[in-house]
Amino acid sequence: MTAEIDDRTLSIPAERQALLRPALEWLARKAEPVAITLGAILAGTALFSLFILSVGKSPADLYRFMYTGGFGSWFSIQNSLSRASPLLLTALCVALPARLGLVIIGGEGAVVLGGVAAAAIALPIVGLLPPIVTLLLMALAAMVIGGIWIGLSGFLRHYRGVNETISSLLLAYIAIALMNQFVEGPLRDPASLNKPSTKPLPHDYMLGNIPGMDVHWGLVIGIVACILSWILIEMTSYGFAARIAGGNVRAAQIQGLPVGRLIAGFTAIAGSFAGLAGMIEVAAVQGSANASLAAGYGYTGILVAFLARHNPLAIIPVAILLGGIDASGGLIQRRMGLPDATVLVLQGTLFIVILFCETFYGRFKIFNPDLWKRSA
Amino acid sequence: MTSLLSMNRRNFLRTSAAGALVGAVPGLLSSRAFAQSALTVGFIYVGPKDDYGYNQSHAEGAAAVKKLAGVTVVEEENVPETVDVQKTMESMINLDGAALLFPTSFGYFDPHMLAMAAKYPEVQFRHCGGLWQAGKHPANTGSYFGYIFQGQYLNGVAAGYATKSKKIGFVAAKPIPQVLQNINAFLLGARSVDPAITCQVIFTGEWSLAVKEAEATNALIDQGADVITCHVDSPKVVVETASGRGAFVCGYHANQSPLAPAKYLTGAEWAWGNVYSDFVKKAQAGEKLGNFVRGGLKDGFVKMSPLGPGVSDESRKKFEATLAQMMAGSFSVFKGALKDNKGNVVITADKSYAEDAIELESMSYLVEGVVGSTA
Repeated sequence: MTAEIDDRTLSIPAERQALLRPALEWLARKAEPVAITLGAILAGTALFSLFILSVGKSPADLYRFMYTGGFGSWFSIQNSLSRASPLLLTALCVALPARLGLVIIGGEGAVVLGGVAAAAIALPIVGLLPPIVTLLLMALAAMVIGGIWIGLSGFLRHYRGVNETISSLLLAYIAIALMNQFVEGPLRDPASLNKPSTKPLPHDYMLGNIPGMDVHWGLVIGIVACILSWILIEMTSYGFAARIAGGNVRAAQIQGLPVGRLIAGFTAIAGSFAGLAGMIEVAAVQGSANASLAAGYGYTGILVAFLARHNPLAIIPVAILLGGIDASGGLIQRRMGLPDATVLVLQGTLFIVILFCETFYGRFKIFNPDLWKRSA
Repeated sequence: MTSLLSMNRRNFLRTSAAGALVGAVPGLLSSRAFAQSALTVGFIYVGPKDDYGYNQSHAEGAAAVKKLAGVTVVEEENVPETVDVQKTMESMINLDGAALLFPTSFGYFDPHMLAMAAKYPEVQFRHCGGLWQAGKHPANTGSYFGYIFQGQYLNGVAAGYATKSKKIGFVAAKPIPQVLQNINAFLLGARSVDPAITCQVIFTGEWSLAVKEAEATNALIDQGADVITCHVDSPKVVVETASGRGAFVCGYHANQSPLAPAKYLTGAEWAWGNVYSDFVKKAQAGEKLGNFVRGGLKDGFVKMSPLGPGVSDESRKKFEATLAQMMAGSFSVFKGALKDNKGNVVITADKSYAEDAIELESMSYLVEGVVGSTA
């Protein structure tokens, strides 16, 4: 007994050290992407400051206005969140297939068709069914059509060997043409003379704002979708199989994984999120389907997904950050007399520098515990 | 590894966003109106301010307002017809203290401007288009628009003298009433010179789609058209493509003569400077702003580009005579008997519509002599 107690007493410092070391290693590993990303953002803003100086404006003013416009007041924060909410869903449309190694860039097509489908299914049932049922049916219709549209790219990829990047982009053009056809033809509200639109949803059928905020429910739906997608990818066997297939398709096939079904399934889920974004645009913002649906959310989603490195949870802060940059763009135009393209230059600079900084991973000893000198 | 790294990035970004939120607290205390004495006016454009077209015409109007005393002008370009424009309006009201807003794109009206007008009843909103209806829309909103088809008729007169092939061409965005009025007026103007002239129209389907606009212009010229005009947001591509192929061009929205000095005949331009200055002066004087303001050439809402070197003396004479009649208010572009291009009588012989006639607002046909289809 006594000996045992003595042993324990003696081993305490060693145990403490053993506890401290993993904690430090954990911290070092976690710190690497934080430090590299922060460094990339600093480098990017420094480069952008040179650009601003070269056009004869003050970078200090610019960053002050960006802060004021994007996050400087409760109004600005809500402004940023409003702009971020459609991006959450369209970024998922890129991120989910990306985990399977597919580059889908045609989310815009699923957005516009989702909007049209939602408006179309609402037309005959408004007034017959209560608003909540109508909204659910609209969401379902939008997700089904969006899922089919992007799923088609995945299907063509696996079964016909068609490049999914090109096919999804071309399908987006077809989708926009189809939207114009429907909105200017069979679904047109005869009262919409100079801006062809579907018949507007009655006010009480609209998706309202989050209580206490001037931001519609699309933000919550988008965040929930991001969390569900993260669970799907990180915590289910489907997600695991998808990541294997994304790493090496042949290895996945040799393991007997249903690669074809995974690709079709993941692209369909991705498309259904983009379709849902279209439904939210109709139900929460526009009130009807029209050409304003093709506002470029599908394309901005590509940027968000890549900056978030296709991690569904990382999409949330990245989308808010881009929403904030977007929101502040207006103030920069108004206060500094700079063109709208200024914000695009900033986004592009950050994007390039962050991608460039990927090469720094694993190069710093401080972040790599395996290279640390073994302590006694 | 990928997943681990991106997890960390998520944490980082979340932290930085949270940091921004914490830092935001002092900003909450800053108040709205910083411009009580001077009137702040906001202009919002759907495209670039220098597009040689629709948006430039409004930006030129805003530039005229800037010259007035006691006015601060704030402008924002490339604002899509989504929640973005609502937030832009709110930002102009909250952060710049704007008391009068001109959201200039057609699609800004419903639901975006109406939503903001309900939320900020003390702010005045005036929208470009003809959508405002008494009793239906709030009193702090309104519409203004111009009868620019008068200008397209005059374009047609100049085109009628310039064409040798007796074929003229029109690059159009969408088959909606405003565009159809312009196409029909252009052809009728040309036919006032020579009734044998025909006008081929190509719809691109979009307000701004440079590639299709260039393709359409080339296709029209390939089919023999030698004078081209258009109704798209930015006529730049059409004007440059057509003049590059040796065809004459008639402008639209703004003055495009710098793009094709030798080939530019004339153009139908907006004169928003007059309209905006009038609104702003009324607001400064504390007078009630009009809710439904419209006008044509004689009211100073629309103007013509100076005639180019390709315009003959004969053409100039007829152009000026027609313009004088329009300025006097004694000229009807649309009068019977008029048939559509399917042979149906659309205006009977006993009818003659002034430019403000309600019947013209729902035009759905192409007149006889226009080659093309609305659907």
